[in-house]
Amino acid sequence: MGEAIVITSGKGGVGKTTTTANIGTALALMGKKVCLIDTDIGLRNLDVVMGLENRIIYDIVDVIQGRCKLKAALIKDKRFDYLSLLPAAQTSDKTAVTPEGMRGIIKELKTEYDYILIDCPAGIEQGYQNAVAGADKAIVVTTPEKSSVRDADRIIGLLEKEEIAPPTLVINRIRKHMMKNGDMIEIDDIVQILSIELIGIVLDDDEVIKASNHGEPVAFQPNSKASIAYRNIARRILGESVPLQSLEDESGMFKRVKKFFGIRS
Amino acid sequence: MQDAKQRQYVTIKGTREGLTLFIDDRCSFEEACSELREKLSVNKSNKEDKDVAVTIKLGNRYLYEDQKEMLEELITELNQFTIQAIESNVILRDEALEMLEETEVKAVNRIVRSGQVLEVKGDLLLVGDVNPGGKVVSTGNIYIMGSLHGIAHAGSEGDRNAIITASYMNPSQLRIADYISRAPDYESDGVYMECGLIDTEKDKIIIDRLQVLAQRRNSLSRFERSLING
Repeated sequence: MGEAIVITSGKGGVGKTTTTANIGTALALMGKKVCLIDTDIGLRNLDVVMGLENRIIYDIVDVIQGRCKLKAALIKDKRFDYLSLLPAAQTSDKTAVTPEGMRGIIKELKTEYDYILIDCPAGIEQGYQNAVAGADKAIVVTTPEKSSVRDADRIIGLLEKEEIAPPTLVINRIRKHMMKNGDMIEIDDIVQILSIELIGIVLDDDEVIKASNHGEPVAFQPNSKASIAYRNIARRILGESVPLQSLEDESGMFKRVKKFFGIRS
Repeated sequence: MQDAKQRQYVTIKGTREGLTLFIDDRCSFEEACSELREKLSVNKSNKEDKDVAVTIKLGNRYLYEDQKEMLEELITELNQFTIQAIESNVILRDEALEMLEETEVKAVNRIVRSGQVLEVKGDLLLVGDVNPGGKVVSTGNIYIMGSLHGIAHAGSEGDRNAIITASYMNPSQLRIADYISRAPDYESDGVYMECGLIDTEKDKIIIDRLQVLAQRRNSLSRFERSLING
């Protein structure tokens, strides 16, 4: 029996879709069967980030409205079999999906997959309601900016009303130099305000944008900071305890020794 | 003669503060009124006399609003009397329950997040934070064991004596009764263990150390206050 995790943020543009794609990829790389669901009907993106746009034939609205079987709408990832995507429709809007419909789909997927990651649209309206409907857990994504922390707080408040485990937090788009200078809200302060468990921090990395433009989630790369961060999050989801990535740039002897032993951080 | 002796339902006593009117609680309201009317018409005062303050003590008698009006009219009609207070030992059950609700301290254990509003009657003891964009409202005092970043509104039904305390005070707004104060436009750090209250001289909400409460609000308990202030 699988587990459904919704990835949400309230605010738009903080990296929900990128986070979904990369955590999903990282979990699949660790040998779990993963299905990604895009619930952003009308503004689908997850297929683009995954590089699966051209393969879409049916979508989630077709499934809910009974035009095709769930199996027919699922797209297998082109790189490996453990990852699938249920794409959103681009032509309908959020009202085409209902919370009941979502629950049905997720229940069916749970029998096949270990993890079902639900990419939630921005906002707190119908789209959000649909996305959280069938979820067992939630991951809240925020960036170290006041407005996105505020919205994350609002979303956490709303999630408390759902029958869902207490949400966990991913802080995305951390800019090292700004945080060092005190120009960004510090991680500790964010965690203190939101007071939920921190499950990962991801540095702002050019590679992320480059990779998603190529339709290739950054988590496939072996060495980039963001890739390691996403894989760490996946390991924490699996129950491993992994220390948080350090913000410091290691240099000199220590780094060379680590490199010699093949330790990455 | 015998009859008159029995009918001693109303006694009037003079004190330094004025007159005290005892109305026995073992007769009907009509009986008491007719006797009172008799007594007052006998002892009519001169027009030149200055106002006399009257306190009415009802014992274990409850008066409805219309009865109160009748009584007041009766007393002030003939004489230069002004009614200072009507005191009764009893109140209605509903009134008592309402008073209890308004004076209870409601303990709540949660985080009030952005967009959430926590509203209580009486005093609020919040064990947890009020995050930016969150709001707590109470008709009495607000005590927060945690950080106040959002809005707190104490005495929401007009009690200007209400106060707001917090372990860490960095509110976006403090409201007490009809007063509102907001945080300055520049970034500021909060303060620890402080309280907000209305300063009547400055006519605004001030924030001060918790210790000043001992001098400025000697009875924090809403129950005492509501008994004293009626």
